[in-house]
Parts: sequence; C-alpha cells; structure tokens
Amino acid sequence: MSPERTSTEPARQGPTGLRLHLANIYQLVIKELRSIRADPVMLILVVYAFSIAVYTVATGASTEAKNLTVGIVDEDRSDLSRQIRNALNPPLFKSAVTISARDIDEEMDHGRLVFVLEIPPSFQADLLSGRRASVQLNVDATAMTQAGNGSVYIQSIIAQEVTNFLAGRETVTSAPINVVIRSKFNPNLNSAWFTSVMQVINNVTLLTVILTGAALIREREQGTVEHLLVMPVVPAEIMLAKIIANGLVILVAAGLSLAVVVQWWLQVPIAGSLTLFLAGAALYAFTVAALGIMLGTLATSMGQFGLLAIPILVIMQLLSGSSTPMESMPVWLQYVMQIISPTPHFVAFSQAVLYRGAGLSVVWLQLVALVVIGSVYFTYALSRFRRVIFGD
Amino acid sequence: MSDGVIARVEHVSHRYGKTVALDDVSIDFPARRMVGVIGPDGVGKSALLALIAGVREIQTGHVTVFGGDMADKAHREKHGARIAYMPQGLGRNLYPTLSVFENIDFHGRLFGQGEAERRRRIDELLKATGLDPFEDRPAGKLSGGMKQKLSLCCALIHDPDLLILDEPTTGVDPLSRGQFWDLINTIRGRRPQMSVIVATAYMDEAERFDWLAAMDDGKVIASGPISEILGKTGQTSLEAAFIALLPEAKRAQHQEVIVRPRPASDSAVPAIEAEGLTRRFGDFTAVDHVSFRIERGEIFGFLGSNGCGKSTTMKMLTGLLPATEGWAKLFGKPMGSNDMETRRNVGYMSQAFSLYTELTVRQNLELHAKLYHLPSDEIEGRIAELLERFDLRDVVDSRPDSLPLGIKQRLQLAVAVLHRPAMLILDEPTSGVDPIARDAFWRTLIDLSRDDGVTIFLSTHFMNEAERCDRISLMHAGKVLAVGTPEELVRERGSSSLEDTFVDYLAEAAGIDREAKPEAPDPNAAMPAPEPIRPPRRFDPKRLWAYSRRETMELLRDPIRLAFAFLGPLVLMIAFGFGISFDVENLRFSALDQDNTPESRQLIEAFSGSRYFDERAPIRTAEELDQRLGSGELQLAIEIPPGFGRDLQSGRKPEVAVWLDGAMPFRAETTKGYVTGLAAQYAKEWLAQNSTGTSAASLVNVETRFRYNQAFKSVNAMVPSVIMLMLILIPAIMSAIAVVREKETGSIANFQSTPITKFEFLFGKQLPYIAIAMISFVLLVLLAIILFGVPIKGSIAMLVLGTLLYVIATTGFGQLISTFTRTQVSAVFATAILSIIPAVNFSGLLVPVASLSGGARMIGLGFPTAWYQPVSVGAFTKGLGFDDLSFNLVMLAGFAVLFLLVSRLLLRKQEL
Repeated sequence: MSPERTSTEPARQGPTGLRLHLANIYQLVIKELRSIRADPVMLILVVYAFSIAVYTVATGASTEAKNLTVGIVDEDRSDLSRQIRNALNPPLFKSAVTISARDIDEEMDHGRLVFVLEIPPSFQADLLSGRRASVQLNVDATAMTQAGNGSVYIQSIIAQEVTNFLAGRETVTSAPINVVIRSKFNPNLNSAWFTSVMQVINNVTLLTVILTGAALIREREQGTVEHLLVMPVVPAEIMLAKIIANGLVILVAAGLSLAVVVQWWLQVPIAGSLTLFLAGAALYAFTVAALGIMLGTLATSMGQFGLLAIPILVIMQLLSGSSTPMESMPVWLQYVMQIISPTPHFVAFSQAVLYRGAGLSVVWLQLVALVVIGSVYFTYALSRFRRVIFGD
Repeated sequence: MSDGVIARVEHVSHRYGKTVALDDVSIDFPARRMVGVIGPDGVGKSALLALIAGVREIQTGHVTVFGGDMADKAHREKHGARIAYMPQGLGRNLYPTLSVFENIDFHGRLFGQGEAERRRRIDELLKATGLDPFEDRPAGKLSGGMKQKLSLCCALIHDPDLLILDEPTTGVDPLSRGQFWDLINTIRGRRPQMSVIVATAYMDEAERFDWLAAMDDGKVIASGPISEILGKTGQTSLEAAFIALLPEAKRAQHQEVIVRPRPASDSAVPAIEAEGLTRRFGDFTAVDHVSFRIERGEIFGFLGSNGCGKSTTMKMLTGLLPATEGWAKLFGKPMGSNDMETRRNVGYMSQAFSLYTELTVRQNLELHAKLYHLPSDEIEGRIAELLERFDLRDVVDSRPDSLPLGIKQRLQLAVAVLHRPAMLILDEPTSGVDPIARDAFWRTLIDLSRDDGVTIFLSTHFMNEAERCDRISLMHAGKVLAVGTPEELVRERGSSSLEDTFVDYLAEAAGIDREAKPEAPDPNAAMPAPEPIRPPRRFDPKRLWAYSRRETMELLRDPIRLAFAFLGPLVLMIAFGFGISFDVENLRFSALDQDNTPESRQLIEAFSGSRYFDERAPIRTAEELDQRLGSGELQLAIEIPPGFGRDLQSGRKPEVAVWLDGAMPFRAETTKGYVTGLAAQYAKEWLAQNSTGTSAASLVNVETRFRYNQAFKSVNAMVPSVIMLMLILIPAIMSAIAVVREKETGSIANFQSTPITKFEFLFGKQLPYIAIAMISFVLLVLLAIILFGVPIKGSIAMLVLGTLLYVIATTGFGQLISTFTRTQVSAVFATAILSIIPAVNFSGLLVPVASLSGGARMIGLGFPTAWYQPVSVGAFTKGLGFDDLSFNLVMLAGFAVLFLLVSRLLLRKQEL
C-alpha cells in the first residue's frame, strides 16, 4: 500500500454532505444513549421522577380547597351552631374540631388550624328574633393557597345553613337568582388533573437540562470532547447528538408517564391529541436541552453547573404558570418570562391541548415561540462551544 | 513475625467483580529495604499495594503489617499513621488549586502536627526536593515530575516507617525521575528504619532496588534480591530476566524489536512542516517558535521534560489549539480546525485518557470506526484484528475505568490507528505500559512506518524508545534544543548513552549542576530522634479543622462557584417575591346575554365593575362560548337565559349559568369564590331595591380576620417560605459535590490512608458550607426587610438558631447523597430531584402541611423543610419565639444528626 493511497482512501469512502452529518449524528446519538444507560443511579432517578414523584405530588399536594383545617369555638352551643359545625365536613374540610377560645392562638401559631370560627353566645336566639348576628372567622393568611378560597367557602356554608335553619319564616326571603357555576374541562376542579401534568412538564424541564448539561460537562472534565474534536465531526453534530439523545430519553419517559401514571393510574382524562402534545413536547425538549448545553458551556465544573442550573430551573418552574397563575404576575415579569423562558409557552400549550382539547390552529403560536427560543439557545450554545473548546 | 519482615501477605486473593486481581498470593516483604514490585499491567500490583496500605478491604487471606492484622480496625487505627501511601496517577492525592506549601501543610495537619513542626518539616522537604522556589505555585500548574515530588513530600511529612509508592514515576521525564530516586535514597539515608515498597513498570528503575517481587497474572512468580533473580534466570538485564520468568506461552509472544531501515520517500512534500510555531497562554509562552520538517514514513520522537510544550505542539498540529504565531502544514496543506479530510488522515492519542469510560472497550472501538466511516463490512474484522494486536480480547466487554492504566493506553492506541491514518500523533503513548506490551506496540509502529509509509510523530520518556526513532527532537521550556538522529546527538555531545545526552541537555538548559548530588545530610547530624509512635487520637479537632480549612480554601479559589452560591438565592428571592402571587386578578370574561334586559345588563355590570374581571367582546352563540373557552381566550363565561328579567321580576328565581375554565383548578376555585361573592352581593342589592323581606343570609355577618398578614399579601407569606427553599437547594447542591468530587479526582485516598476519622472528614468538609449558608441567610433576611418590607416580628435568636440547625441538616443531606453516588453528575442530579419535590410541594410552601394526607404528608414530615417552614414563617410573620417552636428546633437538630450519622455509616474508609 502506498502512502498516497492510505491518505486518500478513507476520504473517498463513506457518505458525504448532509448524509454524512446525519450518519455522524446517528452514531453519536447511539453513544450518548449508551452513556445514559451506563449510569443506573441516574436512570432510577428518572423513573422515580416520572412515576412515584408525579403520583405523590398529584395526590398529595392539592391546591384545591380540600382537607382544610378548621376549628370552632362554640359559645352558643345551639342547634344552629351544631348544624354549622356538621356542615364543615370532608372532603372540603378535615372534620371540624371544637376548641376553647384560649387555644386559638396556640393552634393557629403552630399551623395546625388555618381557620377558626368563633360563634358567639345567643347567636341562634338573635337570628330567630330577626336580629343581625355576627360570627368571627380567623384565617391564617400565611396559607396563601387556602386562606382566600377557604374563607369564601366557609362564608357561603354559614349563609346556607342559616338560610336552611330559618327557612319558612315569613320575614325571610330566599335569594332572587340561582347561580349555577360549572367548570369546563375539569368539572370537579380536581387539582390532581392539573398537578400531575404540570409535574410531568416540570420533570421534562429539570431532567433534560441537567442530563444534557451534565453530559457536556462530563466530556469536558474527562477530556473526551477533545478526542471527538480531532475526529471528522463538527461541534454542531456533537451538540445535536446530545440534544437528540437526552431529549429522546426524556420524551419517552414523559410519554410513558402521561399514559401510565397520569391517564391510567391517576385516571385523568386527556381531552386533546396525545400526538400533538408529544410533538410539542419534542420541540420543548429540544429547547431545554439546548439550554442545558448552553449552561454546560458557561460552567466549567459540575460544582458550578449545579449552582447555576438550580436557580434557573426553579425560576423556570415556579414562574411558568404551572404553579401559580401567569396572570397574577406583574405584567413586565410575564413578558420577561415569556421572552427568556420556553416554559410558559409550553405550559400554556399543554393546558390548551390536554385539557381543552385545542388543535394546532389554536396553539401554533406557542410552538413557534418554542422554536424561536430554542434556536436562540442553540446558536448561542454553539458559539460558546467553539470558544470554550478551541480558545481559552 | 521475624524482625526482618515489614509486611506479610498470606493466601490473599482479591477480585474486582469477575476479574481476579490477586490469586492466592503469599509473600514476605523485608523491612528496611527498597522493595520493587514489577510486572505487566493488570497483574495485581496496585491491588497488592492497596491491601498492604490498608486502603482496600481484604477479601480473603491475611495481611500482617507492623506485626498486626490489617483486617483489624483497631490495629489499622493504631499503626495506620506509620504508613504513607501514594496512589497511582500523576498528582492524584493533590489538590490542584492549593499551592505547593498548602498541599503539604494540609497533610501535616492531618497528622496533628503543630505549626512550628510543620514549617520545619515542609522547609526540609521542599529543600530536599528542590521545590522550594515554587512554594506558592498551585499544584495544578506543576509539571508531572514536580507533581510527583510534591506527592512524595505529602507522603513523607509524618516520617512514615513504611512508604508505599504505586508507579510513582510513570509519565515523568528521565531527569525528574533520576532526581526523584536520588531524593528517596537521601531520605532513606537519613531514616534507615523506613521500608519502601514500590510498584513500577520501568525495569531500569527496578535495577536500583534491593529486593524484587515479580508478578504475573495475579501471582508472584519470583521474589528475592536482584542478584538472586538475575542468577536464577541467567540473564544480565532485569528486563530479560523478567521475560525469562514468564510462562512459556507469554514468553513466546515476545520478540525483539528490530528497526528496519526506512525506504527513501518518493514524495517531495513533507508530512509535517512547522515554521515558527508559537503558543502563548496569557503571559506564559508554552511553545516558542518551534520549526521542524518530518518526512513521510518517518518516526519522529519528541523528548523533553514534563511541561516543556510537547503536548501543546501536538495539539496545535491536530487543530485542537490555534497557534498564536507561525504555521504548520500537514501533507502540504495548512492545518485548519475544520479540515475534515486532514482529520481523517490523522490518528491522535492524547496524554490523558480521553475515551469514554462509560462505554465498553468494544463500544469505544465501534464508535470510532463508525465516526471515521469505515465500510461497515470491514468494521468487525478490523476491530477483531486490533483486539488481537493490542491484546485486548479479555477485556472487550469491560469498561475502561475498571482497567489498569497500561491497558487503557493500549486501547487508546488501538483507537488511534483504527482508521489506518497516514499520520499518527501520539502523546506519550507508552506511559504506564509494561515492557512486553511496549515492544509489541513498537513492532506495530515500525510495520506501519516501513510497510505502509505512515508518518509517526510521538513523544516519549523512554530512552530505548527514543533510540528506535529515525530522528528525535529535544525540547525544553517551549524551545527545541536539538534535532537529529539519536546517534548524531550522542556523538555531538560526546556522551555514553542517549539518556546521558538527554539529561545533559536538559540540565544545561535548566541550569542544574549534574555533578552536585543533592547534599547528603550528615548521618551524625542532630536528626530529631524518631518520635515515639503516638497512637492517633480518636477525635482530633485539628484534623477536622484541616479538612474545613482546605475545603474553604478550595471554595475561595473558585470565585465563580462562590458568586453563584451567594447571588443565586438573592436572584431567586427577588424573582419569587415579585413573581409568585396567589392573587387572581384580571380574569378574562364575557357574557352570552340571551335576555338583553336592564336586569341582565345590571348583572353583567356587577362583574365588569369588579377589579377581578376584565370584560371581553360579548358572546353571540352557544358554540362561540365553547370555542372561546376552549381556546383559552376566556376564563369565565356567563350564560343568561332568555326571560331572565321577567322571571326575576316575578320571583321565579331564574337560573344563570357561569362557565369556568377548569384547566387550572386553583384559578378556577378562586374565580368560583369571586362569582359566589358577586352573586350574593347582586342578590342583596336587588332585594334591597325590589323587596320588603330580608334574605336570611344577610342577617348573618361573617367577620373575617386575616391574621399574621392583615393585608393578605402574598409577599408576606412567600418571602419566609422562599428562605426555606433557598437554604436547602443551594447548600445541598454545594455539599453534594464535596465527597464525590474527591472520589472522582482521587484525593479521597488522603482520607483512606491518613488517621482522619469519618466524622472529622464529613463534619470538617461540611463546616464551610454551613458558614456559606448562614451568610446567605443574613443576605436573604436583609433583602426581605429592605426590599420587600417584611420584618421579623418574632424572636430573632430563635430564627437564627433554627436556621443554623436547618442548614446543618440541609448540607448534611447533600453530603449524604455525596457518599453513595459515584459521580458528580449523579450527585447533582439526585440532590436536585430528591430535594426540589418535597421542598416545593410538601413543605408548606404551597399547601399547609396540616392539609397534606397520606404519602405526601409522610414525605413532608420526613424532610427538614416542613419543620423549618413554620420556624421561618413563625419568626417573620407570626411573631413567635422559642416557646412556640421548640419542638421544630428539636426535630431540625434530629435531622442534622441523622444525616451525619447515615453518611458516616455509608462512607467507607477502605475501598472494596
């Protein structure tokens, strides 16, 4: 074999152009998948996050008014006060406990009771004689998710019970209109429907960013990326392979989680097209994977990466509309979040598709936003990647 | 045990998984000698040394050191401090950001030495090793040889009686290597009672030793004084003797390396041509105007001291590093970083192992074959051929991280030649590879060069390899000192051997006087009498402090990490303080008014007049109502039936349907509350205008008192909760790295081979993170008060104590994860997943813990966050103190202790 032949032979073989890039990406994706498989701790954590964690968060932490803790200081000890106490019953309330006035502070200070209702003496007698009567409702206003809604419920229950008690007496008229409130898409306002899907989304964000970013940091720390770069592959191929492989793993996990944990185990009905959702999720996974790579180029060690990624992830999660309503945020912050983070768009997309059964015509704008934000991340990551690896 | 034996090994077997490292080994190591353990890669040398040093747990058999059983914990604790162990790998037990002085100082502290004693010893050692001018240089910036000397200083700081060195000079240049052994001899001269056991792959080094144990395949094949071994085999050189000792089958594999003459190259274009190649890093010039021409098919050797710029030059040739000045051409074409064809023509092997440790040997080879686009029908055959040639068949399904250094190097070589490149650039390809494998590799190189015309550019520290090169170049401090054939160079210098020539050149360039041996101390001089062995104390705050101090220094040297640690929580707090709100406002609503009477319009006005609602264009049909709710444009739709006004007037109680978007239940629930309230208000007003009766509901007045947070503002509740969240996420992530990083870098060996206890190690490393968390806490409280106007109404002392206990618990949680994970990646991953879910969902941040049920409640109460949240909220908004929250403080203290205890249980002082 002559030297000339040796030097040109490999170049002539193999595919060229786009096919070459695709072939390289394919090989690198396989490598990434093998790397992921090689870390059992990581895989167990992924499975845990998409199964048990989704289930416990969905069933355990409900923001719907449920299991409210209520105490009653009953100084009237009348039929009416007993009726009111009995009306504060599960599932909306944990059974009301009767306490003495002395204990109010103690119980509320420790957060054991969020609501304490004080019914004054001669409450029933006053009402029967047509006099106005007051009850006092103490609310622990640090329990933000329950205080507002819970006090409205308690007020209407008291009104209801008083109305029933006084029914038929001539001086009293019933309400002139009957307002029937119905909730579309989630008739019983079961918060598990919401939290389960949001938990899946949060997992997609968290796991994709950490997996992809860590995959890059690991290559940098172990020096393997240097080896990749002397081979006939370009940085974009290396990055795309990481994005595709890690995105794929998370996407499959999210799809399974949605089908098995959310639909089957938690019995949450899904109104829209699962295919459309998964297509959107794929775009989202691409976007957050690009974010992971970007963070991986900004940090130089795992220690730095963890400290950089955690605050960003927590902000992305809590300010995305998946924990508290987007509308409650100041308008400027809503805009900021929608520009820098893909999560609000994906949360809005998911809610529309999964609950309201929206089609592509409704959600296309969110998909466009995902693509735009993802491309910006990717481009920036690519420029950083070259600088970090080649320059100093 | 007889007095002359320092370590006795009896019937010891050791296996890693399925691999047998030691197979029923029995041997006595003589005391007060320099004992060498020699043998090919992966024959169990490291395992044997680690067992004697007590850093690995004995599986079967007995190891007796200093007359006691090394399986006995009490014996190890008592005598462990008399052993010093230096693990394999360049500077593995050093901390790269710490200076030379600080590294040794840290080891001195681990042995409880006082300040004056440490200073004296360090000065002595630095002087002896010639490291004294570099006292303040960070260890990471030292050359390989200097790193090894520094490691040795660290090992010698406490005057050990047994020094165990695992391949201490692998990858070190000959000049430094010579200095290293001189140093050991000097020290032995001073402390003759010290025994030394060394594993090495350099046979020329082994010839300096007093006594040898030759190993092969997990067994000791010969042991005794050198003369005895040479005599037994009838050989004159140790290398030949060793080969003679090998079993027949292995011996047959070995052949002499014969360098054939190179056929004249028929090409005028040189394979590599470099002119004025220069690379600067900041002020430092790593490569200084280097020029050379390498012909096709030539084997060109690059020699030089560690850190002289060889690797940097090679990286520039491969395109990994751009040159600051000058140019290089490969096959007549300028080297560009994106030139794919050139890359395909080059096979590169970097000095550090750079293949995938998570892929098996076969998968690594396959990946490279495919990325170089070898025809798919050739791949299998090519891999089989390489497995055969580099003797990798037995490990084909193993992952590289479980393989000894030498075998990893062979794998890297196999990868570099896999795609049959026309040029090989090999950076110390044979460092750590045993002589037989090295010879085999050289035969391959010669075949490639002579038969296929492959150009080979390599760096090496082995002189017998340099002699086989067609030409060599000597480099020092970024400059080329000499280029020529080995014979020419020796002749020019008038030396006896190439090694001599080389050392001579380097010594001259570095200004070292070769004749002056390191000053031999007067054996009669006042040497401090060997101090009586003090059995290490069970708990020594000095050792704990040594780890705290070191961890703090490492943190301070990483300002980016430190900045993230302080800024992260503040940024998060600001984002949450402004962003998280449970106030629902501006709900988009519209009405389908099928009645269109004053009464119906009045009802709609009741909604549009409320600040909670924001009216949109009216709805015209029932389908439109569905569609607009479905698209998310409306969150609330009111459907007023025909005849509403008429029915209302006639007291027939018309029904109004209100549709909510239930997609987000919390929002819908709140909206429901608003609607109920508005409807009641409407009814009350209507009755007041149109009826004489009173509604029953209007008789009763519910006075709602919002306690703790009269204004009912989210920020008052969120800020204290966010402090809870911040003080787990950031401290836990930081401490999660702590232990596992030492496992990855190898400095965990210091914990394993010194008297520090598990508690001292864990708590010592935890302290700096606790301090950082407390500083972060102060900043967060200031932010809460100044920016958000949320004052501390309750007991500050209680809050501070509660926070301290809480951050001890949260940093302890991070460390706990760190003790059972193997990589930093999985530690960060595990900490994030395991802490974010309970901290966000089950801590009282979103839902009061009292309302949680079942598993969620258990998870909540089983984690410190749910116990700290009442402390933070209590102190800030509820005005509580010690009396109210003493139980929470006790629980937090319990978690702090529990996490530390479990970590202590999981942390292993010995490797398995």
